[in-house]
Amino acid sequence: MSSILSVQNLQASINGQQVVEDVTFDVPAQGITALLGRNGVGKTSSIKAILGLIHRDAGTVSLEGQDITSLATHRIVQRGVGYVPEDREVFAGLSVAENLRLSERDENPRRELVESLFPDLVKRAQQPAGTLSGGQQQMVSLARALMNQNRVLLVDEPTKGLAPKIVGEVAEALAEAARTVPILLVEQNLAVVRQLAAGAIVLSDGHVVHTTDSAAEFLADEELVTRYLGVGTATETSTETSAQTSTQTSTQTTAEGAHP
Amino acid sequence: MSTIVLLLITGLGLGAVYFLVASGLSLIYGLMGVLNFAHGAFLTLGALIGWETARLVGADSWGGFALSLLVGCLVGALLAAATEFILIRPLYERHIEQVLVTVGLNLAAIALFEGVWGTDPVFIQGPTWMGMTTEILGAHISNDLFITIPLAGLVLLGLVLFLKKTRYGMIIRAGVENRSMVTALGIDVRRAFTLVFTIGGAVAGLGGVLASHFFGYVSPMLGGSLLIFAFIVTVIGGLGSLAGAAVAAVVVGVLQQFANFYWGVGDFVVVILLAVVLLTRPSGLMGRKVATA
Amino acid sequence: MSASTEESTGTSSTGTSSTGTTVKDRLQASLTPPPRGGGPRPSTGGARPERRFLKPALAAVGLLFLALLPMLNIQVPGLLPTATYQPGALQLMALCLLMGAAALTYHMLIGVAGLLSFGHALYVGAGAYLLGILLERTGMGLIPAMILTLVLVVLLAGLTGSVALRVSGIPFAMVTLAFAQAGSVLVRRNPGSATGGEEGLSLNTEQVPAFLVGVSNTRNLYWLALIVLVLVFAVVTWIQNSRAGRLAEAVRENENRVRVLGLKPYVAKLLVFVVGGTLAACVGMVHLLLQSGAVPKTVSADFTISLLVMVVLGGVGSRWGAVLGGVLYTLLDQRLTVLAQSDTIQAMPAILRVPLSEPLFLLGTLFVLVVLFMPGGLAGFVRRMGARYGGRTNRKKDPVDLLEQSA
Repeated sequence: MSSILSVQNLQASINGQQVVEDVTFDVPAQGITALLGRNGVGKTSSIKAILGLIHRDAGTVSLEGQDITSLATHRIVQRGVGYVPEDREVFAGLSVAENLRLSERDENPRRELVESLFPDLVKRAQQPAGTLSGGQQQMVSLARALMNQNRVLLVDEPTKGLAPKIVGEVAEALAEAARTVPILLVEQNLAVVRQLAAGAIVLSDGHVVHTTDSAAEFLADEELVTRYLGVGTATETSTETSAQTSTQTSTQTTAEGAHP
Repeated sequence: MSTIVLLLITGLGLGAVYFLVASGLSLIYGLMGVLNFAHGAFLTLGALIGWETARLVGADSWGGFALSLLVGCLVGALLAAATEFILIRPLYERHIEQVLVTVGLNLAAIALFEGVWGTDPVFIQGPTWMGMTTEILGAHISNDLFITIPLAGLVLLGLVLFLKKTRYGMIIRAGVENRSMVTALGIDVRRAFTLVFTIGGAVAGLGGVLASHFFGYVSPMLGGSLLIFAFIVTVIGGLGSLAGAAVAAVVVGVLQQFANFYWGVGDFVVVILLAVVLLTRPSGLMGRKVATA
Repeated sequence: MSASTEESTGTSSTGTSSTGTTVKDRLQASLTPPPRGGGPRPSTGGARPERRFLKPALAAVGLLFLALLPMLNIQVPGLLPTATYQPGALQLMALCLLMGAAALTYHMLIGVAGLLSFGHALYVGAGAYLLGILLERTGMGLIPAMILTLVLVVLLAGLTGSVALRVSGIPFAMVTLAFAQAGSVLVRRNPGSATGGEEGLSLNTEQVPAFLVGVSNTRNLYWLALIVLVLVFAVVTWIQNSRAGRLAEAVRENENRVRVLGLKPYVAKLLVFVVGGTLAACVGMVHLLLQSGAVPKTVSADFTISLLVMVVLGGVGSRWGAVLGGVLYTLLDQRLTVLAQSDTIQAMPAILRVPLSEPLFLLGTLFVLVVLFMPGGLAGFVRRMGARYGGRTNRKKDPVDLLEQSA
């Protein structure tokens, strides 16, 4: 399948410290692709490097074949790259409605879609975003990315620190979103990954060490999981979320090696 | 009693001047992370050219005074916009160099002003009414305070409305909290930078003209000590917080007046206040939480 | 069916690098300077053996030359007001050396410990004023008065430093600014007629040894200034290379890392602050002798700004740069004022004459240009030239990065 986002030999550093060594992968143009790896391997940094939020030392990034490496962050985002950051990063002093309005870019922002997906936020429109619960803030963060017609979404650990029930709601929202836009999902919660993700890219020490079309197969392989994701994660089971999405099955493609 | 009223109102007037200078400093730092030393140049040039304008039109006329305010504002705005565009922009994200560049600009600009206007203070006057006093509760209040204080209040109101009701105001409020996230939403913050600098400069220019009336003189040295106190006010109030700047300005102004009158130690008291605030709340009275030790 | 590709890009296949290094190991490694001069070290460790001795040799020659200057008849018209053996030039050169020393003490704060202080002038002025007051008011001899002054300044720096260092970054800068402002106000207020207010304090020469007084003895004051510069340089180098200095540098680079290892950054910073302030006071004391007085300007924020300009002009992080910056600034400041009186300038149309008559305008503009186009300052420029022609790129820290780490 074609790729919506292509990363080649990406290198990035923060304050002179190399955090992304040499990363190459493609994000398929459909469905959810998981970006996996232990803490500190460079998943968030890779996402930030794609967006230009941290300094890129080398490598190229292309969106639908067009080179966006030299563009400033806001231009990249304007081209259609939505971003849901780790730790939500909602603007605490602004109201929910203002947070959403700020993110509006297109001529016709998809307000109805957002309102139907997040009815709770509609109720809390005037509430300062800083007073929301973690789960609600995550919804705001997601809604911000969904407000526009994006070509790909970069979602970083959306379930971090959330209660199991909320994790389920977030997963549902993501699955719903994935029906219209491909998502690159960084996630430590393997149950969510198992449920949502089609393909997976595994990072270790700033490099890509494994790519697969079937995240489920990868996660079922205890040996691989232990090697790349650390001891004990193979047996980790976060609460199974109730929603059984059709994302996985509908976007399952025939075997095609995901080559860097 | 009358002394207290006098000290209170003059303190409020001083606070008004501090606020006008500090508000821009606070917003610029909050949004851009730049400690703008050139603010001194903005306010000084505003005061100097404002005075020249008033003299041209007639220093004791209301028209002259009003025009001087307008011109001071414009001059401050223009100088600030030019500074941001020519010096700050090329140093995008290099905060220390941006600060250094404003230090250099201030140094050069004030020296230039000294070359043009000389270092001696020029005693100014405004419309005759402003030079007179009105009695309130036994205290003889200089009339210019009745213009300075309400004007500062109007500016505060205007800034608050701008921040709350306009899109750029929203961008600035968000940017003060989290600049990178604003760019990650596809917004070009640089325009907000120029806007904030320009507004800060305009308000500083206005503050300069009013300061010259408050202190009674105009000179290239006007900015010097005023800038330092404006910095102190900004830090006490919390960098990036407009409300903080307002509150801190009033507190510092009033405190300074009282301490100066009774014990002659106004400046020390301000320094001690700064030390106390920073040691107990490093992010200032209303600033966002700074990563502390 | 799914296809998985195994990525083997070297390190991960062996496993040791990713699983073997613990967090603590990596932190330890980061604090240890890399084997070849990767951190901010004095650049005497060069590749070729001859290089090791090049810098100290040059320094020795330079020092000898400077020491001999008062006996030579070198004339640099325009730059020096008189020949080098005459008091006019000697006074100027002594001042340059003192300012170089002052800039060096400031370098230790900013370039080494990353402490952006806006109130360093306070200690220079304190040295000058305290010595002046002691000489004026008490019958103390020069040496005892100097010692007492230094003790008092250590206390002053200790007190102000301990308060200011409770915060860092911009708040720290503001506290130091405020303290200096308070000092400046105090001096101008002239409490008990001790400081002479705006006029300044003139030197009471009763207790000053004769060989340091009078125009004919400017030579001796020049040598005294040279001694101070060498002393300050030695102390700064010693501190920089000491454990406290290294700790302060590590703190500057990443305070959290240091704290995680259980080390206390506060003490190291305070030490550097107090030493820097005390050295500044030494400079101040000699300044009092050289100028036969102390003026309020020495305690002002403007003076600290000048020190900042000197250090940046010279290149942050470089000791030589700081000295060079101090000398250059002082030369320009002093000579441009004289130059402005010259007929050529006076004859120019106002639009040229006015800016050229203000040395601070020229210095400020130069500063802005350096920051914009030559951020490494003079030292950075020299290093780049050296790299181009000398072949080996010195992996010293970029001064700009050093400055970025200060706030």
